[in-house]
Amino acid sequence: MRHLLDTVHLSREDAIRILDVAETMSDVSGREVKKLPALRGRTVVNLFFEDSTRTRISFEAAAKRLSADVINFSAKGSSVSKGESLKDTAQTLQAIGADAVVIRHPASGAAQRLARTDWIDAAIVNAGDGTHAHPTQALLDALTLRRELAARAGVEPTGRGLDGARVVIVGDVLHSRVARSDVWLMHTLGARVTLVAPPTLLPVGIETWPCDVEYDLDNALATGPDAVMMLRVQAERMHGAFFPSVAEYSRRWGLNEARLGLLTPEAIIMHPGPMNRGLEISAAAADSPRSRVLAQVANGVAVRMAVLYLVLSGAPSTEGA
Amino acid sequence: MSNTPADTAPFSAAREVLTAAEIDRALTRIAHEIVETTKGGRDLVLLGIPSRGVHLAARLATKLEAITGIPARDMLGSLDVTLYRDDLRHSAARTPAPTVVPPAGVDDMTVVLVDDVLFSGRTIRAALDALNDLGRPGIVRLAVLVDRGHRELPIRADHVGKNLPTSKHESVRVELSESDGADRVLITDRTEPRGSAL
Repeated sequence: MRHLLDTVHLSREDAIRILDVAETMSDVSGREVKKLPALRGRTVVNLFFEDSTRTRISFEAAAKRLSADVINFSAKGSSVSKGESLKDTAQTLQAIGADAVVIRHPASGAAQRLARTDWIDAAIVNAGDGTHAHPTQALLDALTLRRELAARAGVEPTGRGLDGARVVIVGDVLHSRVARSDVWLMHTLGARVTLVAPPTLLPVGIETWPCDVEYDLDNALATGPDAVMMLRVQAERMHGAFFPSVAEYSRRWGLNEARLGLLTPEAIIMHPGPMNRGLEISAAAADSPRSRVLAQVANGVAVRMAVLYLVLSGAPSTEGA
Repeated sequence: MSNTPADTAPFSAAREVLTAAEIDRALTRIAHEIVETTKGGRDLVLLGIPSRGVHLAARLATKLEAITGIPARDMLGSLDVTLYRDDLRHSAARTPAPTVVPPAGVDDMTVVLVDDVLFSGRTIRAALDALNDLGRPGIVRLAVLVDRGHRELPIRADHVGKNLPTSKHESVRVELSESDGADRVLITDRTEPRGSAL
C-alpha cells in the first residue's frame, strides 16, 4: 500500500489487512511501554489546512507510538496564510525529507493531487478532504463494529469482514466525507448500509451508492440494525436552509431517549465526533452503555498506527489504493 | 536422509534432514534440558516466535506439563518481533502477529524464546528488543529446532534440536503439522528469499 486516499478503491483484502494490523497495534496501548520501534527515523508530517483536534492528535499519537518523528503543520499561522500554494508547501516538505504526509484539506481531492504529482515522493494519507473522503475514520468505525460483532459471536475478529451486519447512518450525508467513506468501506466488507436523512441533506447521485436510503428514522430503527451512526450537523458548511429549524431536525432525525427504546438490546451507537449534544444526539444516547464513542477514539489510534506502518514499511508496491 | 520430491519449492530438489520422529525426540530432549536448567521448571515462561516458533513452544509446554505438572497455559506465550525487525524498510510489509504473555508476566522469570531456525540471529535480536518492552526477565534463553549457522550477530542458542551445517545458497524449511500438514525439516537450494522459515 503506497497511499491511503479513499475507501472506494480499497479492496476487501487490503481493508481486512489494515484492520488485522490495527488489532495487534491496539495491544500496545495496554502495555507499560506504549511504543514500537517500527518507524524509527522516519518523518511524518501532519499537514492540516482545516481545524481538527481529534484526528490530528490521533495521527500524532499513532506516529509517536511507532517512534516516528512528527512535524505538525497547520495552515493558521503558517506561510499558507501569506498565500503559499499547495505545490510550494509540498515541495518544502519534500526538501525537509518527509516520509509520509497526513493531509486534511477543505478541498475535495487535495490528497489525490499530492499523491499523483511529482511535487513530493512521500506516502500520502488522507485525513479528510472537503466532502470527499475520510478513510481512517471509516476504518476505525469498521474496527469498532467488527470487534462488537466478533464478541457477540464469541469468535476472534481477525481475518473477518462485516458480513451480514446492518448499519444505519443518520444525518448530514450531503456534507459528510465520513458517510461517503463508511458506505463504501462497509459495503466492501459485506455490511448493508441504510442512510437516513432529510432529502435536502442527501447529495445528488445518491442512487448510485451501494446503500439503501430512508427518510424516516423510526422506520429505519424498527428494522433492528446492529449499529446506528449519528453524523454531526456541520453548521460551518451549512450555507443554505437545509432544514426548517434545529428543533425540528432534532425531533425528526435526532437520537433521543424515545428512539433509544426502539433499538435491539445489542445495538451500538457510534458518532465520529465532535458531538452536538441535544441536536443530532441526546445526552442520554451519548452517555448510554450502548455508546461506543470513546472506543472509536481509542480504535482510531490503532487504525492510524496500522495505516502509517503499512504505507511506510516495505518495498514500494505498484498498487495505489 | 531420503530424497523427497520438492512439492512446494519449484526448480529445486528438497532433502529431508529431520523426520517427524526425530523432531519429536529433539523436542523431548530440549524439554528435559529446560527442566534441568530451571530446576524443575520454576518461574518458567516459554515465548514462541511466530509463526512456527509458536507451534514448537506449544509442543514444548505440553511436554513440560507432563514432566513437571505445571499447567502448560501458565507458561506458554508468543512474542511477535515484526515491528522490531531491522529490515522493515527493505522487504514487503509484514502483518504482525499477536503477542501473548502468560498471566504471571515476564518480570524476574526465566524466559525461553522458541524459534524454528536460527540463522543470521537478527530475528532473535529483534525478539530481545521486543521482550525488553514487555518487562525485565530474570534470565533469557533461546531454544531452536535447527541451528544452521551463518550468524551475523553475536547470538547463540542454549538448546538446539539439531546443528545443521548448510551452505548460504541453501534454505532450511521447517514444516509442522499445525501449519503445513506434516512434520519434517527440509533443505532446498535457495529459490526463496532468506528467512523462508519465518
